[in-house]
Amino acid sequence: MLTRGFYPSTYRGGERSLHPFRELQQIQDEMDRLFHRAYPRATEYPPLNIWSNEEETIVQAELPGYSPDEIDISVVQNTLTLRGERKPDALQQGDTYHRRERRTGRFVRTVELPFEVDNSAVEAESKVGILSIRLPRAEEHKPKKIQVKAS
Amino acid sequence: MANDNQDLQTRSAENQAVQSPERTRQRPVFSPPADVFETGDKIVIVADMPGVSEKDVDITLEKNILTLSGKTESPGREGYRLSYGEYDEGDYERSFALSEGVDRNGIQAAVRNGVLRVTLPKAKEAAARKIPVRAE
Repeated sequence: MLTRGFYPSTYRGGERSLHPFRELQQIQDEMDRLFHRAYPRATEYPPLNIWSNEEETIVQAELPGYSPDEIDISVVQNTLTLRGERKPDALQQGDTYHRRERRTGRFVRTVELPFEVDNSAVEAESKVGILSIRLPRAEEHKPKKIQVKAS
Repeated sequence: MANDNQDLQTRSAENQAVQSPERTRQRPVFSPPADVFETGDKIVIVADMPGVSEKDVDITLEKNILTLSGKTESPGREGYRLSYGEYDEGDYERSFALSEGVDRNGIQAAVRNGVLRVTLPKAKEAAARKIPVRAE
């Protein structure tokens, strides 16, 4: 087994790991996470985190100060659109701002997913300023396991 | 619509609160964006803390330093992979030096949809303690 030495340690020997690529994927995920920690990528509003598995995807958005009825969600095929508006505090005459950092106004954000969504099963929940949208994959867009037959 | 988005700002690395001394929890700490306004005999502080519920908020007033802190917990996402990430989950902390006397017993706080709202009534004595300056 001379070739063994050419591979990095995670590859080496099937006896150590039956899923070398899974390990690599984990390293990749870890790197992404670290990279993201140092350089947040959010340039659009609201910032999103997207969690997925083979069955569904959960899109989470930080939307503090919006009540559930102030957020409009629509899903068409593989496109998710979020809309909303946050109004400023209604100040009386004579009231003064010492500082004003929280942004107000309207937003629209569109996310294109790599699969079609089963529209009838979409669920959304808004909790403590975080919106979570559960988007199940349409049945025909779920990954299929292909059985390898021994001949 | 695109212009509307420019008015809205997302949390950035600069908003990470400087922590000294360090915390025991290894978790990012953000300085939440806040509005402060004066209305009648009250000062109102409004801070965005997504992920924080009413039981996770801690408000302390020591001398004239008001500290707002909020803790968050990351929900377990067993079986899911973060396929795209734009925001970090973390705690919040921010302190303000209050310039006017505040009635400590009258401080009220509420959390709704991840927004903390603290109402600080101005102390009556503070108003009386004002020293008029005469022109000579």
